[in-house]
Parts: sequence; structure tokens; C-alpha cells
Amino acid sequence: MTDSDMTTPETDEHTGVRTTGHEWDGIKELDNPLPRWWLWIFYATIAFSVGYWVLMPAWPGVTDYTHGLLHKSDRAQVAEDLAALQKQRGAQASRLTTASLEQIEKDPALQAYSLQVGESIFRDNCAPCHGSSGTGGKGYPNLRDDIWLWGGSLEDIQRTITHGVRSTDPDTRTSAMPAFGRDQMLKADQINDLTEYVVALSHRGADAAAVQRATGLFQANCAACHGPTGTGNPQLGAPNLTDNDWLYGSDRASIRDQIWSGHGGVMPAWGARFDANTIKALAVYIHVKSGGQ
Amino acid sequence: MTTVIERRKPADVEAPSSHRVSAAAAARAKGHTGGGLYKPRTPIYPKLVHGFWRNVKWALLIFTLAVYYIVPWLRWHRPPAAPQQAVLVDFTHQRFYFFFIQLWPQEVYFITGLLVLAALALFLVTALFGRLWCGYACPQTVWTDLFIVVERAFEGDRNARMKLDAAPWSFDKVWRKAGKHGAWLAIAFSTGGAWIFYFHDAPTLLRTFWIGQAPLTAYVSCGLLTFTTYALAGTMREQVCTFMCPWPRIQGAMFDKHTLQVIYARDRGEPRGPHKKNETWEGRGDCIDCGQCVVVCPMGIDIRDGGQIECINCGLCVDACDEMMDRVGRPRSLIAYDTDYAVAMRAAGGGASYHLVRPRTILYAGVLAAVAGLMGWGLTHRADVSFDVLHDRNPVFVRLQDGSVRDGFTLKIDNRTFVRRHFSVSLRGLSEFTLKAPGSAPVHGALDIVVEPNQVRAIYVFVIAPQTSLPKTNMPITFTLSSDTKPVEVRSAFLSGAANSL
Repeated sequence: MTDSDMTTPETDEHTGVRTTGHEWDGIKELDNPLPRWWLWIFYATIAFSVGYWVLMPAWPGVTDYTHGLLHKSDRAQVAEDLAALQKQRGAQASRLTTASLEQIEKDPALQAYSLQVGESIFRDNCAPCHGSSGTGGKGYPNLRDDIWLWGGSLEDIQRTITHGVRSTDPDTRTSAMPAFGRDQMLKADQINDLTEYVVALSHRGADAAAVQRATGLFQANCAACHGPTGTGNPQLGAPNLTDNDWLYGSDRASIRDQIWSGHGGVMPAWGARFDANTIKALAVYIHVKSGGQ
Repeated sequence: MTTVIERRKPADVEAPSSHRVSAAAAARAKGHTGGGLYKPRTPIYPKLVHGFWRNVKWALLIFTLAVYYIVPWLRWHRPPAAPQQAVLVDFTHQRFYFFFIQLWPQEVYFITGLLVLAALALFLVTALFGRLWCGYACPQTVWTDLFIVVERAFEGDRNARMKLDAAPWSFDKVWRKAGKHGAWLAIAFSTGGAWIFYFHDAPTLLRTFWIGQAPLTAYVSCGLLTFTTYALAGTMREQVCTFMCPWPRIQGAMFDKHTLQVIYARDRGEPRGPHKKNETWEGRGDCIDCGQCVVVCPMGIDIRDGGQIECINCGLCVDACDEMMDRVGRPRSLIAYDTDYAVAMRAAGGGASYHLVRPRTILYAGVLAAVAGLMGWGLTHRADVSFDVLHDRNPVFVRLQDGSVRDGFTLKIDNRTFVRRHFSVSLRGLSEFTLKAPGSAPVHGALDIVVEPNQVRAIYVFVIAPQTSLPKTNMPITFTLSSDTKPVEVRSAFLSGAANSL
């Protein structure tokens, strides 16, 4: 690209307009003036930007920045927005205060609201243990099926959420599966026999001789909580051993391990974390999504 | 300021023999000294003209302005919960109302179709008759025309206005100018005001606007439109058409030699020159170089220079020239709506022929008719209910104690009418199943659901099927939504994974 050193003004013969005088590889440029409206809008944008520097946060320094006369701040704005959201949510949430759990579940608008609140709260607080689908895993109960360790009515669910299981809350639900092996309450072969007995309880093929030997052991050690026929006791939190739902694994090794070590998971008490209306909404959510009881 | 776009050398420009020059010629004659940062707009003082096309413009001006200002105030009876305004774009509640038509956001394709129709209509009209939109119906033209009426009322016709601008400041000049700008601002404000009435209920907004309780967007929009109306129609005028609008550029693609446009009949008018009474008309053209076509032009051009990007085809020069032709006893239509082809034919000695029906116009008309037909069919067959089924993704299915499998579905029912409706949801595809809605007992038949008017209801349902009715892990099922109108069916699937492999 060659730029001629001397400016040689000339007038374009077609339009009568002068050129800028420069020439690049034979290409010349007409010196047409700008439209005035365009130019003044350009000046206005410059003026606006100066005004912006004065009013709004603009120039960074080493440790600080110019805050602007209006003292706007994105962080402060977010805090304000969150507070406004809480206020707005509060207005809707207050409708839950007076309604009972059954009423909330029956009313379409309150139910829809509860499901949305529940969905959001569940994902943030409950899903880490119970899974994003709520179907749990080994050691974490399945909240979607029709089997309930602590009862599946609306009130039961609300109580479990509020006080937790084996938590630090004074009203916590608690059950104590003894560690028959670890605490040397039973011998290894007795525990093996009991494993077969439990497998047989859930209508799966088991060693008949072992089942025979374990019958007395079961009545002496397990029936107190799990019931004489092994159907469980929700008040004590003792699971039903005749269903096909296994919190700590369904294979023999897992069952044996549970009898040996007596695992017991901990569920936090959410009563201190959530307000009453949130827990109500959450209880309705769990109840609806599980099919209820 | 006018764009200087022409191919002739300065020497070829006919030295104007009359004392009147077009603003464009004046700009050129002034010569470009080069340099300078900007060129101020050369003021244009269109003279008032009387004639057929001016009357058509008056009629359209009154009609379009009346429609714009009055329509938001029209009422349309709807159920009490819905707005009572005939034409309303309700952003808050996500609805578009147009008399008996109510559109939901899911039906925004109707608006798209409307825009497509408008574009096609514009193409067709322009290909046939030239820039009718620009000269008669475009808001820029209408409002500029209105503002010139106001200017003429306060400052007089062309000569008086030019004299006033050249005169020194006096009380007379002050009150005239102030009055004019005040009236302009008032019109601009009411234009902005009328705009916001399309988006909120007009009587309510009129009251809340003045007590400071209208939404912020209303104030901002009104202010913005006041400013733009005042600037575009008051100060910028023809610069909008020349510099800002894409239509003049698209014009080149729309026009062909058979398009009707405002044309100066060179074959009849040249050579031009002044004509004294009782002189012969032999050996000379009919154009007496009176310059009336130039002084009435709101764009400040000379139509005798030929087709130009600035010419908006408003027809005022037609009226002006016809009036002069009447006075000198010559036939009208020296400047007229005519085609390039006809002018060329007559110049070559032949007769003019007009071809309005040609491949281009047939194509535009055909596509326009097709789209219009499609839109009409779509509007008349609008569904008054919409039914969607969303299968739970997480978990996909749940096995229950007794071995049966349960799938969860979210049913979304749109009630697009203004009355509360009772629906019934049933299922087929499984030999045995129960349906369960939250809070109620399972049913073997159909679920009853009530949806409030103009609402969407999302309801979560379970489908529970025993293992015996699940020969496959993926069973196609169909949900049927029944009501007092035609039932709607949606297909889905009942998934059970390895549940039935036991």
C-alpha cells in the first residue's frame, strides 16, 4: 500500500467533489462531508460517556475503583433483588401457613406451588443423599416408592424432615440396629444362619437347614423390633424384612454385613434450616411424588 | 442535504434558465469547498398544491391518523377477567388481543405470518404501482405532512416561510416559531401517548399516567416516541427517507420497466423553455420550465432529472404540473404515473402499452394468496385447547412393593377459551392399569380435571401397571383428553426397564 507523501487535491469530474488528496494503489477517496445529524449524535455519545464516568462505576485503580455519584453496584443490586424475591415469595408462601397439609395437596394452585418449591429445595438439599431422582441408593432410602421406614403419611413425612433421623435434634427419630457381630453379641455361624433366615423371609431360595437353626435366634434377637414374622415396625423404625426393599443391599454379603455391623444412616434435622412453610411444601412434594400412603 | 447521485458531468447539467433551482441543483451549484466537518441540511420549503393526488393524500392522512389514535380506545366485550380493549398487546399476561382473536405466545407464528403478508403485499404493490407506500401511507410521510400543515398554519406558505427564516428575530418571528414547535411537541407527545395505549388498557393508563403510577416502560416509551416523532418529522424529514430507510434501496430490486411511477415524459416535454402567450408549440416541448414541480416537492428534488432514490412517488408534482398545463392550455400528464417502458416507446415513435400482469407480479400475487390462505385457514382452525404429556425423566419408572411398575407423567392442559372447562383424561395401550392423581384415590377409568379460563394447568399423574400387563419394556400408550369439543390424543410410552425381567 503506497501512500503518496504529498497531498494533491483534485476534484472528481463526476460528482464535483474534492478528493482527500491521498492515493493508495490508485484508489482515491472523495472528501464528502458528514451529515450534521450524524455528527451531533456522535458528539452526544461522547457527552453521554463522560456523564457515565461521573455517575456510574467506571475507572479501575490499583486497589479500588471510581464508584460514581450514583453508587450503583452489581453486588448491592443482587442483594436487593434477592430481598425483593424473598418478600415476593413470602406473600405466596403465607398462603401455606393457614392451610393444612391435606388442603395444600388437594388445592390445585397450592399443590402446584408446593411442587415447585419442593422441586427446588429438594435439588439443593436432599438430592446429595437421596439422589436427583429421589430413588436413593445403598444406604440412602428411596423416597419414590411405596415403602416407608418411618411412615409415609403427610404428617409422618413432615416429622421426619423436621427432626431428622439419628440427628442432633432432641425429637429426632432414631432406631438402633445392634451390631451383632462387631459387638460380639452373636457368633459368626449364628449370623450366617440368620442371613439365610432373612433371605428366606423375603421369599427367596435359602438353605432350609440354616433357616431351621435360625428360627429361635430370630425370635430371641430380632423379633423385638422386626416383629415375630419380620414385617417390621415403623414406630421403632425397624424395616419390613419380608418386602424386597433393601436399604443396605439385597445380596447375602450385604445382609450379613448389616447384621454384623448394624449400620444406621443419619438424616439431618431440617427444622432449624427451613421455615415451617417450606417444610410443609416439601412434605407435600415428597408425598405427591411418591404416590403417598 | 441531498445525495448527489448522478452520472452526468457538471457541464452537462442544463443551466437553469428560470430563476428557480431545485435544492439539489443549488447544493451542486454552491460547489463543494471540501473540508468542513459536516454539511447542514439545505432547508426545503414545499409549496401547497391543489389537485387529485393531494386530495388522496389528505384522505389517507386523516384515515391513517384516525386509525392510529382511535383504535386503542375501541372496546370489545370479553369475560370480566380478560381485558376489554379490542386491540391490545398484553405483555404482562402474555396475550395478543385483536377483536375476536386472542393469541397465546405459542401462536406467535401468526404474527410472523402477518409480517410475511405485509412484506409480500408491499412487494406486489411496489412492483405494480411503485412507491405508493412511501408517498401515501408511510408514517414518516404522514407525520411529516402533518407537521408541514402545522408549519404552514403558523408561518404561511412557501414564500412567507422563506422570508421568515431569512428575517431577523422579532416578536412576530418568535411567537410563530414557538407556536409551531409547541404544536409539534404536542402532536409528538400524543403520538407517543397513543403508542403506549396499545400495550395497556387505555382508560386505566390515561389515568395512572398522569398521577405517576404508570409502569416505567410506559413513560420511557412515550418519551422516546415523543422525541423521535419530533426529530424525524420536524427536523430530519426527507433525510430519513434518503439516509435511514432501506425502502429506497430495495426499490431498485422491486422496480422494472413496467412499474408505474411518477415520471416526467421527456418525449413530450423536451426541449423545455419558457413560453410566451400565443407562441407556437411546434418544435419545442411542453415543459415551460416554470419550476412548480420543484417547489412543491417535499424531498427537494427535480423529477425532470429522472428516477431518483429520493422520489417517494407522492404525486404532488403531478398535481402542480397538471395545474400549469391547464393554465397554458396544454394536455395534462406531462408529469404522471407512467412506466419507463411507455415513455421509451412513445419516444421511439410507437404507442405505449402497459403490462401490469407479468411473471413478477403473478409470482408475488400467487405467493401472497397462498400465505393469506394459509393464515386464514390457521386462524379459523385455531385449537381452543392444547394438551402435552411430559414423561418423568428422573426416575424413569419406580417398582412398587407388589411388583407393579409406576411411571410418572406431567400433563399440561391449556384452556384457551374464556370459560372454565371440565376435561377427562383417559389412557389406552395397557391391558391393565390404574391412573392416580395426587391427593386422590387411584382410578381404573378416566381422571377428571378442571382448568380455569385462559390458564395452563400442569397436573402430575401416575400410571401404575402390574407386571402381567408389561410384555415389553417400552409399551406405546396414548393419552386422550376429552371435553365437550373434539378430543385430543397424545402418544407417549410406558417404560419399565428390567422390572418385568424377574
